[in-house]
Amino acid sequence: MDSATSDTRTPLGASADNGLKIVVVGGFGAGKTTMVRSVSEIRPLNTEETMTQAGEAVDDLSGVHGKTSTTVAFDFGRITLDSRNVLYLFGAPGQERFWFLWDRLFSGTLGAVVLIDTRRIDDSWYAIDRLEKHGTPFIVACNDFGGPPFTPEQIREALDLDPHVPLVTCDARSRESSKLVLITLVEHIQTLYADQARAPRQELV
Amino acid sequence: MSRPGRDDSPDRLYTVTGGRSRSGPDNPFDLVTLVVAECDPVPGMQSEHAAILRLTERPTAVVEIAAELKLPVSITRILLADLQASGRVSARHPRKAAVPDPDILEQVLVGLRNL
Ligand SMILES: Nc1nc2c(ncn2[C@@H]2O[C@H](COP(=O)(O)OP(=O)(O)O)[C@@H](O)[C@H]2O)c(=O)[nH]1
Ligand SMILES: [Mg+2]
Repeated sequence: MDSATSDTRTPLGASADNGLKIVVVGGFGAGKTTMVRSVSEIRPLNTEETMTQAGEAVDDLSGVHGKTSTTVAFDFGRITLDSRNVLYLFGAPGQERFWFLWDRLFSGTLGAVVLIDTRRIDDSWYAIDRLEKHGTPFIVACNDFGGPPFTPEQIREALDLDPHVPLVTCDARSRESSKLVLITLVEHIQTLYADQARAPRQELV
Repeated sequence: MSRPGRDDSPDRLYTVTGGRSRSGPDNPFDLVTLVVAECDPVPGMQSEHAAILRLTERPTAVVEIAAELKLPVSITRILLADLQASGRVSARHPRKAAVPDPDILEQVLVGLRNL
């Protein structure tokens, strides 16, 4: 084979023609990579995007010279849904600098899972804020690290979570649990758009 | 696994793309655009181009190509735009809509439940 990596690649079927995205966002150590690995049909891969200090992705390379550029890394996995649809699951750090690239990387994403470690709830404030501002549908999943047991009400209050946003607990190491998180997200997205279709937003004249 | 591109200086990346730039918004390649090779690599071809043609014998997403090549996504998109312009790859872009197609959402749910 051509390279070491080619040996372990699992190619998609020839008729695959529609890539879909879901993003798992959370603080360092929240379990993003673990969750991606639990449901992915490929070993999670890691890649990155580079941006200048101004927040532009580096694709005008002549502009890189003399400018400070930073790099954000993210990992991803893949789930073949049927002969045409392929779901890509991205694990993205929630830090501020990552959000410069959100539109560029994750435009058209179906929705997001905010994965939280209840010992560090404040890690996710920023991500929730940004998802709300972007209008990206999301749910919150508490990854159980055996920290102090908070009630859902306590977590909702700490996150100032809209009552319509689903809140679930999970174990990112479990395939079944991670799968349920994704199903909860997609059902939430269905409900959101069904509601919108039923009650179109009134235009102010 | 080491993070790709981490040690790549902008100068090395400049060389990979021949110094050409393509403004981001015009580049149609999404992270999950599925790319398919339309020809085999030929001798003398730039090594990154040849590697992409080998990777995309079967549909392969832009982000997978970037990860395998250990190049930043934006650089990969430039390389792909070059290959597409010369007809050597074709692209299956995600179906974009203001709101997701209910049928697609249903297909996603069915796929997830069958996992
Ligand atoms: N106890 C427990 N540990 C977990 C769980 N999920 C992830 N971990 C562990 O937490 C650590 C960080 O997880 P990782 O997925 O790398 O976090 P990331 O930084 O968000 O990608 C790893 O050692 C995981 O094995 C969980 O649900 N319960
Ligand atoms: Mg990780």
